[in-house]
Amino acid sequence: MTVVALESSTRPVPLVCAHCAAIHEPIASAVCPECLGPLEPVYRAGRALPSRQEIASRPPSMWRYREWLPFEGPPVHSLDTGFTPLVEAPRLAARLGVARVWIKNDTVSHPSLSFKDRVVASAINAAVGLGLQTVACASTGNLAIAVAAHAARAGLPAWVLVPENLEPAKILASAVHGARVLRIQGTYDDVNRLCVQLADRYGWGIVNVNLRPYYGEGSKTVAFEIAEQLGWRLPTAVVSPMAGGSLLSKLYKGFGEVIDAGLATGDRPRLFGAQASGCAPIVRALEAGESRITPVEPNTIAKSLAIGAPADGARALQAIRSSGGYAAAVSDPDLIDAIRVLAETSGVFAETAGGVTCAAALALSGAGRFAPGDEVVLCITAHGLKTPDAVSPDLFDLPIASSRLSDVARVIESA
Amino acid sequence: MAITVNIPALLARHAGGQRQHVVAGATVREAIDRVTRDYPEFGKRFVEATLPGNEFVTVYLNDEDARFAGGLDTPVTAGDEISIVSAIAGG
Repeated sequence: MTVVALESSTRPVPLVCAHCAAIHEPIASAVCPECLGPLEPVYRAGRALPSRQEIASRPPSMWRYREWLPFEGPPVHSLDTGFTPLVEAPRLAARLGVARVWIKNDTVSHPSLSFKDRVVASAINAAVGLGLQTVACASTGNLAIAVAAHAARAGLPAWVLVPENLEPAKILASAVHGARVLRIQGTYDDVNRLCVQLADRYGWGIVNVNLRPYYGEGSKTVAFEIAEQLGWRLPTAVVSPMAGGSLLSKLYKGFGEVIDAGLATGDRPRLFGAQASGCAPIVRALEAGESRITPVEPNTIAKSLAIGAPADGARALQAIRSSGGYAAAVSDPDLIDAIRVLAETSGVFAETAGGVTCAAALALSGAGRFAPGDEVVLCITAHGLKTPDAVSPDLFDLPIASSRLSDVARVIESA
Repeated sequence: MAITVNIPALLARHAGGQRQHVVAGATVREAIDRVTRDYPEFGKRFVEATLPGNEFVTVYLNDEDARFAGGLDTPVTAGDEISIVSAIAGG
């Protein structure tokens, strides 16, 4: 096993229990040792916060907002993650019947082409700061690739556990980085349960289990980037995919912190959630007016969102309701169509989760959830080449011609 | 009937230092109740963690989420294994 030297410059912050308010020194645990409630980072009150100008002078990565990330001292790993493009998509705005639309394009996130780079960048620094020597995760695919890539760069051994039926491209992209990939005969929820039990047994830093308080904070940087890239103003609506519910609830927190810090003025955006109808426990709870999530057994091609028992489902529900947003569940055929709509109107090729997000935006528009003056951001979280089979060439009528100019011209002129 | 109840590492100190308890019971609930009676400090935390709105732990019967099998009133038979696992994970 590789032995990693402790790098003292990264110091994770203490944690507080959201249930019983007990404060804990930095530890590798997502749950309070006293009451099993969820732990969250504690940020030092009165810490110096940067101005817009100071932030602008920093390198273009998620760490330009480091005062809102759970560390004292500078990060030492994954320094280039974040600050992905915010791409305006006027043709998609026309389809949605709103004033403006932007794509928060995490399909080009560094280094692994999904927004999971953000949370793993935070978790890897926490792992090193806590002296952990192996990292791991339970994953629906994108997290596996991110953990494998970030661990490779940090020189940490990695185990990634995934459902056996995961898309081949995601398994390949995890294994190529040298991570040990373990395919489990079960659903993501089985994998997740196993990882909780493994955290107890092996003392690994499992990024979305015992490093979760540090991991989740990385998602907030999406909100900071959207605000800064819009010139420190806020959109009126944001559409986010929901798997475990963490991204949407962290968007809520992040936009709140942007406003509290005086970086941007205006109201927090209305937050809209997107799930596949084959795995929509959060949407169903919202529609039923419930505050509790009833778990489901996933059945959708959107495997990256196939979490039947979402750990942050209740928080996501609360964020949606508090912000005045809503949510939609979309069918597999609709999400496939929406991958093409997104690509054809914005130039962004997304994996199935992006199809879910775009299809949900179209459904929400059809249901009158957006106003003509709305400025909407779609969080597109991972690259389409990770799930190429979802939009295989069979879906298109692709002509073939001989190499003779006349044949090619015939095809072009009859198109 | 001998049923094994696995509890999270964090709660072992409230349950005699043991993570595994072999108890009698006809349902998931009865088996867990036996452990909570034997170890009241564990019991207090388990009850708190499963109150509506908390749901900090998930109960599994032979590695299946008990909610899919009929909940805590699901019958158990000798050799069954119940696991109490933190629900604050994943995503």
